[in-house]
Order: sequence, then structure tokens, then C-alpha cells
Amino acid sequence: MSTREKILAAVKKNQPPLSALPDISVFKVHEEDVVKKYSEMFAGIGGLLVSAGSLETVKDLVRKDFDQSKRILSNIPALSDVAEISDSDADPHTLEDVELAIIEARLAVAENGAVWLTEDVMGHRVLPYIAQHLAVIVREDSIVSTMHDAYAKIATEDYGFGGFIGGPSKTADIEQALVLGAHGPLSMTVYLIK
Amino acid sequence: MKIGLFIPCYVNQLYPNAAIATLELLQKLGADVSYPSKQTCCGQPMANSGYEHLTQSCNDLFVENFSGFDYIVAPSASCVLHVKDHLHSHANEAAATEIRGKIYELVEFLTDVLKIEKLDAHFPHKVGIHQSCHGLRGLHLAQMSELVAPDFSKPRHLLNMVSGLELTELDRVDECCGFGGLFCIAEEAVSVKMGKDRITDHTKHGAEYITSPDLSCLMHMEGILQRNKSKVKIIHIAEILNSSSIKA
Amino acid sequence: MKSTLDHAALAEEFNKDEERVDWHDGALWWIRQKRDRSAHQTPQWEELREAASAIKSNVISNLHDYLIQFEENLKKNGVKVYWASDAEEHNQIVYSILKAKEIKQMVKSKSMLTEECHLNEFLEERGIEVINSDLGEYIQQIDNEPPSHIVLPCIHKRKEEIGELFHEHLGTEKGLSDPTLLTRVARKHLRNVFLTRRAALTGVNFAVAETGEYVVCTNEGNADMGAHLSEVQIASMGLEKIIPERKHLGVFLRLLARSAIGQPITIYSSHYKKPRPGQEMHLILVDKGRSNLLARPDFRESLKCIKCGGCMNTCPVYRKSGGLSYHNTISGPIGAILAPNLDMKKHADLPFASTLCGSCSNVCPVKIPIHDQLYKWRQEIVKQGYSASRKTFSMKAMALTLSSPEIYKTAGKTGRWLLNNAPFAINNKFNPWYKQRDMPDSSQQSFGEWYAKNGSKK
Repeated sequence: MSTREKILAAVKKNQPPLSALPDISVFKVHEEDVVKKYSEMFAGIGGLLVSAGSLETVKDLVRKDFDQSKRILSNIPALSDVAEISDSDADPHTLEDVELAIIEARLAVAENGAVWLTEDVMGHRVLPYIAQHLAVIVREDSIVSTMHDAYAKIATEDYGFGGFIGGPSKTADIEQALVLGAHGPLSMTVYLIK
Repeated sequence: MKIGLFIPCYVNQLYPNAAIATLELLQKLGADVSYPSKQTCCGQPMANSGYEHLTQSCNDLFVENFSGFDYIVAPSASCVLHVKDHLHSHANEAAATEIRGKIYELVEFLTDVLKIEKLDAHFPHKVGIHQSCHGLRGLHLAQMSELVAPDFSKPRHLLNMVSGLELTELDRVDECCGFGGLFCIAEEAVSVKMGKDRITDHTKHGAEYITSPDLSCLMHMEGILQRNKSKVKIIHIAEILNSSSIKA
Repeated sequence: MKSTLDHAALAEEFNKDEERVDWHDGALWWIRQKRDRSAHQTPQWEELREAASAIKSNVISNLHDYLIQFEENLKKNGVKVYWASDAEEHNQIVYSILKAKEIKQMVKSKSMLTEECHLNEFLEERGIEVINSDLGEYIQQIDNEPPSHIVLPCIHKRKEEIGELFHEHLGTEKGLSDPTLLTRVARKHLRNVFLTRRAALTGVNFAVAETGEYVVCTNEGNADMGAHLSEVQIASMGLEKIIPERKHLGVFLRLLARSAIGQPITIYSSHYKKPRPGQEMHLILVDKGRSNLLARPDFRESLKCIKCGGCMNTCPVYRKSGGLSYHNTISGPIGAILAPNLDMKKHADLPFASTLCGSCSNVCPVKIPIHDQLYKWRQEIVKQGYSASRKTFSMKAMALTLSSPEIYKTAGKTGRWLLNNAPFAINNKFNPWYKQRDMPDSSQQSFGEWYAKNGSKK
């Protein structure tokens, strides 16, 4: 018998009688103002939130807040004035020197401040992790209350890779002292647009 | 209402005043209390050490002593919890089942069965409540700090009826004292450290007395207090609730 | 750390430095408080725990079918699947994957399973270097010590000690101990590691049967840095990590980080489904005692664990004895109920390293009755003969005394008489009670004696 068959046989023999799945549709939060809640949560986790209103304003803000002499990468064609448009075929190692990545979120979650990104909006899987700084464009109407609502929207979508990102990378491994910028971005900015 | 008084082994031997206070308090409140003289122990010291299988004759004796009462009351949350969870008898399981449903720790008996709303007691001291873990997480004598649920405390409810008494606060409202039965011997270093830290939490908030529905926790803390020549005393909750206003 | 000392002895060592115990206790209590605040801010928190527990009950009861479904979907997604019964088989699989690609260096994100399997040692013996990329695990690795906590691997170390390690291994200035500066140094060093490793191994937090994707949660971003820069991505997971459907992630991701460190969600919750072009993805399903644990009705609920570490943070024994005292990869209350399933003799002391206070069960996001299981493991360990014969002897004497009212009365009197009249017989250093505690006053008559004289008069 192969290891696979051995394990499956043991599991089948030892598992208890079937126990039903619970109804998780009961978890409903009626958030009065998801944009406000989102903004509070995101700030609370160490993120920077700016109500930009439009992509045009985002461009101005990027110019103002980030060093234009360094590499800024995005997959959003409308930002081509301020960012190099990423090439999804590039070797991920070539992204090592990216200073700022600008990505548009598929959705954002008010209860925890996280944004949901899939690899098609990332341009490249490693980009939101390897960049020194991360900026995410969040459309106000894409904000949902909870993770339950988020998964209801994601539903059965097929993707190769997707991730929730809830702030700048962080660690508190040394004496519980919070340090922003562990291995991923040192900062994360969310630009809210209508 | 016939009440069987269960006085756990170490309370019987080492803290007779707490037992007397329990008896007197129940009598004062009009209960018909008797003490079956052949009682010994609930068997918890053996069971918690992994020897539950050796507790059968102890259990049978318990059933023999406490069958036929309307209620069984004891001034020890830990022993009551053990009986509730683990009392079984090959000889008479029906009686054991009945006892498991009828046994009450003193505080819950006063608040849930007698439902007392006032007490003629006076204790003009600053008192800190030690929530014994078995009373708290086993018998739910108060809300547990880990849960997201409404606050309540049966011991606090009773102590608030005592005139002159001032309850003191704690930083960690329901942390374990480290007694833990034979844990206090087997894990001496951690046990004592836990006890010391509980005491410090009480003393830094000004408690003169530490009280609890469980004397085992108090015995452990008393040992540490006395070794360190502390002026802070331990007292079983029954002794406070039974303290007469005339004495003061 | 190789040690033959039991938890009590190791805890006694740890307690020799009281200032350190206070610091350790305080750091973990602070995390427990953050967890409380976070739980209180989450509507329907207790219902969420209940739902998570029920989902895991379903998983345990239907694991066979879920495993087959998960495997099918993994294959559809282009992921290569392996099965391993034990540590040896798991380690061999990892080795063969690396060997086929002639890879000599691998970067690894946090995985308690590979710690338990001693994968790093296995690969190093075969000429493959492994670097742990989680900062805490990296620190533990350079100090040649196992993690003391599953979420906070080096919570027992002072920053000065970490500074000294960095001085020795990374060439930082002597005396440098600022956490931000040390983290920056590690960031720079490990960034180079990520960029140069062809293989990356991650653990798995949740594996979705319905879709074949698996989710890895970190705060540092180390799993993603490793995985997305690698040409060979390996994931190792215990069988119990399965969840039925994608939507169930909503329940678990709401609970995990809040229970662990009081954070609303981990910074990164990465859903790995398909390899990127040119990349290989491998996933190893590891049994290592899980199917055996399923056969133990009293203990199988421990398979629900999502490794948040909440039980450790709340456990006063853990906080005051340190994770390394548990001499097991997974320490604290959850370690004490998982370890005996793997080796009852070696871990016979762990279920006794608890006061059974029950706080662990109350914080557990999947409602494992941890303290009840500790009690049940004690019974099992004694039944299987793994307790000291001296203890059995005294327990039998106690059982005899307590089952006979007559012997009990005499013994009680003797005990009190001894306490009172011959303190030297009891109050000495061989009595662990007396070492730091006075004996109770035993000068009075017992209540039984008092009642015989006064009881009937009332």
C-alpha cells in the first residue's frame, strides 16, 4: 500500500461520524459608514490613508510624496505619467530596486483595513512585497464591511495568486517592540478615490 | 429544606473556623443543616494527579454520606466542581447522579437557591476577591475575563451586602494563584511565583484581606504571606458573610 | 536544546532570574490584553468561535473526502502533491525535490511542522543550507535554539542578547540592541537571501478543499518574498489544516490574528493556488500522528488547533516558566496536549505542567477544551504506566485513607499533631511546600471534632 493509501485508510477508519457544517450567513455587520470605519482601521494598523478623490490627484500626491528619481512601478495605465508600467513577463528578481509599487485593490475590508489584490492587478506576484513602499488605490464603493462580505464578492473567482494586505510589513519579534518594515514594504499608503 | 454540609478534608483539618462559619451562616438563614460525620474527601487530589481510577471507594463513601439531602453545600468551589464533574458510583449511579445535580458551592447556594438580598454582617476592612479558577471557570461564579459576555460576580454581589467592607481592585481580575492541587508541590517554583504575583496584585491595591470561595488557593497564598511576614490575611468568604455586626 | 530535565526542573531554572520571569510574564500578558480588546471590538465574537469550532468538527469528521478533494484540485491547479507518514518520509521528499533541481540552499518561512520534523538538520546533513526567514525564527536559528513560542519564537530573549547574536553572526556593532536598528540589519541580510534562493518552503495555515488553494499568514512578508522569488515553491502541511470551502476563510481569518496578537488580521494573508509560469509548486501532506489522534475520541479535538498561540499567552504557567521548559517544538497548553499523542513517555510530564485553571480553553478560537484534555491525558499517562511508582504508592495510600472514615480521622490527627509538635519532620527542605511557604496553622481541633461537641447544641 502506498503512503497515500495508508494515510487515507487510517483517516477513514478513525474519523468520527459526520458532523454538519454551521450556517455562517448569520455573521452580518451593518456598518453605517464603511469608508469611515475602513479609514480608522487602516490608520490603526500603521497605514497612511489619503482621500485623493481621483486618479489625477493620486498622480500629484505621488509626485509630492515619493522620490521621482527612484523606480516607481504600476499596472495602472492611467498612472503612466508617474510610474513605469510593469511587465508581467519580467524576472521577479529585476524588481529588487522598486521604490514604490502602485496597485489598484479589487476590494477593501472595513473591519481590518486590508485590501484584496490578485495577481492580475499586481502585475507581478512579488511586487507588493518586494517594493520598499506600497501604495494602493481603493475605490470607495469597493469597501465591504467584513471578511465574510469580502469572500462573498470573491466567490468562486479563479486566480493563480491573491492576497489580503493589511498594512506595512511589520515585526515585533524583538522584545515586542513594533517595527514597521520587516521584509516587505516599509510603508503602505491607501489613496481613496470615488 | 434538608442540607447536607460537606466540609472538604483539608478544611476540616486546617480551617475549622471557615467550616463553623458556613454552618452558622446557613443556620442563621434558616436552613436545616446537618454534617454527616463519616465524610472524608471528594477524591480530587487523586483524580487530578491522573488516578481517577483509584477514587471509586472514596466516591462510594461520598454517595453513602450524602444521599437523601435536598441540597449538599460546601465552602469549597474546587471540591464541588470535582463532585459535579466526576462523581460516579458503580454501587449506586442513580444516587451519584442526583448528588451531582444537588451539590452547591456556598456562594452560589446563597445567590441562586436562597437568593438572599441582604445580610446582617459587618466587616470594616479592605478586601480583595480571589476568584478561584474552579469557582470561576468551572462553576461560573463570576464572568470570565476571556469571554465577550456581560459582567457579573456572585461573590461580589454578596460582599456588597456586608457593611463597612470595601472591595479593592486588581490588575488581573481572575488570574490563577498557582495552587493547582499537587501542582503546588510538583511545580514548586512556578506555583510560588504565581502565588507571589497574585498577592502583590492584591497588596498594591491596598487589600487587608484576601478572600475567596476556595480555601485551597487561600492556604497557598497564606503560606507565602506568612513566610514573608506580611500583615495581609486570608479569610474564607463564609467568615466575612457570617461576621456579626455586634462584634464590630 | 537537548535536555533530559522535565518541565518542573526547567521551570525552576527559569525562575532563578525573577526579574526575567516578570518581564516575560508581562510581555505575554500585554498580548493577552491586546487579544481581549480586539475580541471585545468584534461583534458576535463568541458565535464566531462557535462557528470555527463547528467547521473544524466537520473537517475532522469528513477529513478523508476533503483530502481527496483537495488533492484533486491541487493537481488541477498544477501543483505536485506528496504524502508523508512521518518526519523521515517528509524530509526525504523535500530532499528529493531539491536534489532533482540541484538546489543547495533554501529559504524557509515559519512552519512548526518542519520544526517538529527537524527538517533543517536533515537537509544540512545532506549538504543543503536552510535559512529561516521569520525574524524570530532566524534569531532562534543563529542561536541554535528551538522556538519558545509558536507565534513569537524568541519572546524569551532580551534585546541585548539578540544584539550580541547579531554582533557575532551579522557583524553589527557591539552593544547595539535597538529593535528597529536590529530589524533593519536583518532585513538587509535576509533580502539578499530571498533574492538568491532558488527554493522556498512555507507552512500552511489553511488549505481549502473546494479550490485547492492554501493560505499562508505572516506579518513580515517573508513567506511571499521567499515564494515569489523562487523557482521551486514547497509547502508542508499537517492533514488537519484542511477547511471545506473558501468562504470559511472569512471565519478563520477574522479569528486568527485577533486571538494571536490582538491584530484585526495578519498583514499578509496570501492565497497560493497555481505556480507562476516557469515555477514549480509542490505540496506535502503530512500525517505524523494525526490519523492516530483521530482515533482518540477524548483528544481528537486538538486537531482543530489553528496555531494562534493564544493559549500560551494566557497561560500563567507558560508565562512564568518559558516555552523552552516544555522541551517540545509546540509548547504551552496546546503543546502539552499534542505532544503525548506523539510520544507519551517522553512527554509524560507536560499535562501536569498546568493548574487546570481553564483560561486556555476560554481564549481558544476553535474552542478546544484544552484543560479538560490535560486532565484526561493525566489519566491516560497513569493508566499506561508512565508515572513514577513512588507517586502511585502515595496515591494508593491516599485512596485507602480517604475511603475509610476511621483511618482518615486518625491520619488527620496524626498530620496535625506532626505539624504542631514536630515541625522538623515536615518543615525542612525536602518538603517543597515549606521551601517558600509556611505551613498552615494546625493547632486547632478539626471541624469534625468541634461538631461532635457543639454541632447538636445549635
